[in-house]
Amino acid sequence: MLLTLLAATGLGLLRIRNLFAVVMLAGVYSLLSAGLFTVMDAVDVAFTEAAVGAGISTVLFLGAMALCGHHESRPGHTPLLPLFVVCLTGIALVYGTMDMPPFGGADNPVHHHVADHYIEESYHEIGIPNVVTSVLASYRGYDTMGETTVVFAAAVGVMILLIGARTRRERPGGEGGDG
Amino acid sequence: MREEVIVRVGAKVLAPFIITFALYVHFHGDYSPGGGFQAGVILGAAFALLALVYGLDEVQRVLPPWFVQACAAMGVVIYAGVGVATMLLGHNYLGYNALAPDPSHAEHGQHYGILLVELGVLVTVFGVMVSVFYLFAGRGRKAQ
Amino acid sequence: MNVELLVSHYNYWIVIFLMMVGFYILISRGNLIKKIVGLNVFQTSVFMLYITLGKISGGTPPILTEGEAVYSNPLPHVLILTAIVVGIATTSVGLALAIRIKEAYGTVEEDEINRIEAGIEAGG
Repeated sequence: MLLTLLAATGLGLLRIRNLFAVVMLAGVYSLLSAGLFTVMDAVDVAFTEAAVGAGISTVLFLGAMALCGHHESRPGHTPLLPLFVVCLTGIALVYGTMDMPPFGGADNPVHHHVADHYIEESYHEIGIPNVVTSVLASYRGYDTMGETTVVFAAAVGVMILLIGARTRRERPGGEGGDG
Repeated sequence: MREEVIVRVGAKVLAPFIITFALYVHFHGDYSPGGGFQAGVILGAAFALLALVYGLDEVQRVLPPWFVQACAAMGVVIYAGVGVATMLLGHNYLGYNALAPDPSHAEHGQHYGILLVELGVLVTVFGVMVSVFYLFAGRGRKAQ
Repeated sequence: MNVELLVSHYNYWIVIFLMMVGFYILISRGNLIKKIVGLNVFQTSVFMLYITLGKISGGTPPILTEGEAVYSNPLPHVLILTAIVVGIATTSVGLALAIRIKEAYGTVEEDEINRIEAGIEAGG
């Protein structure tokens, strides 16, 4: 079962201190979750996750890691408090799932708001077979425009952080330290 | 990595196919999985691959940083511009029915509208991915 | 606890487990890069929760074809599709911040940064 594999990968991520291995394992994790999305009928999402998670994000992590060192030092404080917090949150969430509808049921509440309309009417209203695309670009067009703007804003943030710093460091007497 | 013949030739052979595939993913997104987001990421990955194998300078000669940064901004402009265009044609903002060439089949406009806004998404995502990659990789080279 | 409950809720529990693994990495590890990886694990587990909710047993992917009757819910797919791309964009901002911190302090370990900060305050 893919989910069990994912859980094992998650544990591996937790244990390993070598950041190179962690980044590679994170790529494996992404690829596994892309497989899971395919099984769950979310082919568009799986496609995106495979391209983003296993491709671009691994490259970016490696780039950042080359600058920040490959090894993680041992944490100084005891892990008991975080472990306690995490267990408490986990138990609360599992308790919450007891009220959730069973997995895969066709009459779960989530399927009866606008989803019916999208599936039944979108071919007449939009005229293209891929419902995900028509919802993405037409019914929720404002939403997607906002997302595009967020992606652009994030890039501007990275540019400000990394380009602006370079010019200041080259100025004599600038306060930026060396790496 | 510059001496590895197999890697260099492999990257050179693969890159055009990756770029073509990205365009296929974009334009065929109406009928099969895919769309602007995926196409932008794949296109960005193609250039990241070339930069990893051939070095950053070679790729930046083809695709200068100012160009990808302009791309990131242009995509948002395309998306918002489609909205303004439909308003000028007398419909709601992003009401794609305005784009139909034949008013009796208004839903055809949806098709054009979706392709255009997805093109905006593609251009933005591509520009963002490549420019972020340039910044990270450029930093790494400077630090060494 | 009966078997039926286990089968019908197994997905939710694994998602929660992964979420907690990400959360634990986030709060217990000092290395900033590792923290960002933990944040990514957390994020992906939320994606899985949404996709799990959208699945209908025996359904097919929501691409309309002749004669198919049951499609999985497309709405979560749309939300998660955009969330993934926004997620990588915000992750890159996080990594850029980590790089700047590395350049300013010479380390990305939280403990050492705290120590340097304490030293600056004591000295200044």
